[in-house]
Amino acid sequence: MENKKPAKKIAERVPMPCQPPLERAHNFMEVALGYTGEMAMKEASRCLQCKKPKCVSGCPVEVPIRDFIKQVADGNLAEAYKIINSTNSLPAVCGRVCPQENQCEGKCVLLAKGQPIAIGRLERFVADSHNAEMAAKPATEMAACKIPDSAKKVACLGSGPSSLTCAGVCAAAGLKVDVFEALHEAGGVLIYGIPAFRLPKDVVATEINGLRDMGVDFNLNHVGGRTVDIDDLLKKYSAVFIGVGAGLPVFLGVPGENLVGVFSANEYLTRVNLGRAYNFPGEDTPVYIGRNVTVFGAGNVAMDAARTALRMGAENVHIVYRRTREEMPARREEIEHAEEEGVKFTMLSSPVRFNGDENLNLKSVTLQKMQLGEPDASGRRRPVPIEGEVYDLDTDLAIVALGTRSNPILLDATPNLRQNKWGYIEADPETGETSIPNVFAGGDIVTGAATVILAMGAGRRAGQEIVRRLAGQF
Amino acid sequence: MPTPILKKEILIPGKTSKMLLKAPDIACKARPGHFVMLRMSPSGERIPLTIADADAENGEITIVYLVLGKSTALLEQLNEGDSILDVCGPLGKPTNIVKQGTVICVGGGTGIAAMHHIAKGHKKAGNRVVAIIGARSKDLLLFENELKSFADEVLVSTDDGSYGHKGLVTELLEARLKSDKDVKEVVAVGPVPMMDAVAKCTRPFEVPTTVSLNPIMVDGIGMCGACRVSVGGETRFACVDGPEFDGHKVDFAELRRRLGAYRKQEEVSFEKLNQEGAGNGK
Repeated sequence: MENKKPAKKIAERVPMPCQPPLERAHNFMEVALGYTGEMAMKEASRCLQCKKPKCVSGCPVEVPIRDFIKQVADGNLAEAYKIINSTNSLPAVCGRVCPQENQCEGKCVLLAKGQPIAIGRLERFVADSHNAEMAAKPATEMAACKIPDSAKKVACLGSGPSSLTCAGVCAAAGLKVDVFEALHEAGGVLIYGIPAFRLPKDVVATEINGLRDMGVDFNLNHVGGRTVDIDDLLKKYSAVFIGVGAGLPVFLGVPGENLVGVFSANEYLTRVNLGRAYNFPGEDTPVYIGRNVTVFGAGNVAMDAARTALRMGAENVHIVYRRTREEMPARREEIEHAEEEGVKFTMLSSPVRFNGDENLNLKSVTLQKMQLGEPDASGRRRPVPIEGEVYDLDTDLAIVALGTRSNPILLDATPNLRQNKWGYIEADPETGETSIPNVFAGGDIVTGAATVILAMGAGRRAGQEIVRRLAGQF
Repeated sequence: MPTPILKKEILIPGKTSKMLLKAPDIACKARPGHFVMLRMSPSGERIPLTIADADAENGEITIVYLVLGKSTALLEQLNEGDSILDVCGPLGKPTNIVKQGTVICVGGGTGIAAMHHIAKGHKKAGNRVVAIIGARSKDLLLFENELKSFADEVLVSTDDGSYGHKGLVTELLEARLKSDKDVKEVVAVGPVPMMDAVAKCTRPFEVPTTVSLNPIMVDGIGMCGACRVSVGGETRFACVDGPEFDGHKVDFAELRRRLGAYRKQEEVSFEKLNQEGAGNGK
């Protein structure tokens, strides 16, 4: 008995405290409330501190995960923040919206034993603690910001995750950065796309103000390819980063799609998030109110739209997807949260047409039952229609969340910017440089719709290359 | 950065005004057919307005609007010396202007102002420009003098006959198409029923007809698809594919329905503003 040491029992993962489902389904306050200091230290102490941490290789921006977790376990939050911030300029965002199960947590050795370290939750805790402390500090105690080297200026088009990250890397190296944003508020998808109940807007504002403190200037209402074009920028800036996002929503291509009551998820979410339509008429932007809402798609955007519709007072919200639950691309936590809140999942169904009344208002959608057939090019089993199994679902508000395609505005205005066969910008995978020297690109306008963290990874690589060229660092 | 209003001219009291804005970044890129997105207050809605004129040299653009709801009412409350919170542009595809001969430009209501910029572009390109403009009555007619300053002809109709031809612009248009077989293109900007009627009028004459559409927009930069219209059976986004389309292919009935999607909420907003205005003694 003495000579055989029992395997060390690993504690259960510390659960995330959340607003109760039926309560939160009617408000826009954050669902996940965040760890307390005690919870964070307990969770961090589960980490095995692997000699060769695999989690880091799962992170697109290579946060030194093991090292920051060690500091959390020891209660050194300032040091933990410094470590995260060395590669990630938006940790409060990433801790909330990254698909950790496919990235860092997916590589954690504890996964084999059941429950990986809650890396995202710890990252969020560290970032939130830092932001709270900074907010409480008088301005005089803040570190003096670097005086940017104004001779070498960098322009970032767009102000979503990729551009913000690129701007952060460049500004930290002492370069002067100007950001040009098309909308009237900075943050890109973090502002217009991801709802406040998942990513509170003050979290985004804090991260953006952090960049402002570093000397980054934000020019709002400036559309790349319209108000400013690449040629103009190259006359004033040593390098340009394009992070304008993917853009145009994809529709289903079925009859009745332009009926009143059929929306893209982009429109629905932009009205509610950027336009704050949940506060109409206190805010002027209205959103269409539906009693029976149907959402098409199964990614994070579909979950966001469905959960937003619940909060806007819908009685029934269905997510309709042509494959099955296993193939749903959304973050696991979002699917679970949606289900807890009362969203219904209608799997193996595909829309055939939208039906309207004489005033062209949406009344129902006709769905075709599907089954899974042979695997397709993506390796997933292809959904095929079951003949004759067609039915109508009552719906007065349909939201299409099937992704986006390339936005043509900047590309049409910049014919010498080489595109790939999908119409996105062709960029060097290592440096992000495009076919125009010193013009870089990253995020959805290069890859098509992807995640916040992948866009940040691209922004970071491009930022590092810009710094290497202009400031000789890295 | 807020956009300063250099000059405001009331065209129809309480209804329609013309503003000259200092917007050098927009002015130097603006072409006929472009529009801007505006937002008047921190809680305001984004609305599209076609650029009525642009002066690149002085960095100025002109907008003309009809007070229809809360956002335009807030705009109407602003005066010379004030600033508009957000002005974004120029957006949309510019008008396709080629030298081709006679072009008839039809405008109705505030659409005359938007048409003015397009007509000017055609004149500049060397085309013979015939402007046909209409309003309910003489006092509601806009931009007649501006058009007369460059157009080869300006024909006017009013519903009540208080000025020019008594009747509709389409009657003047039809008469001209019958008498002049050399018209190369008709451009129409105005209320949806007017553009629909113009397209129906020109169809038998087989004259290419361009209409500038005004669907609901949210971002104006292709992100949301609120502005989608059916053109020749295909879905197009007015903000990035338009706002100008082949009038013979546009589904005007659908456009009209989609424009009404938020009518109830628009009324609630407008009503609330009017009550607050009364409460403030404004």
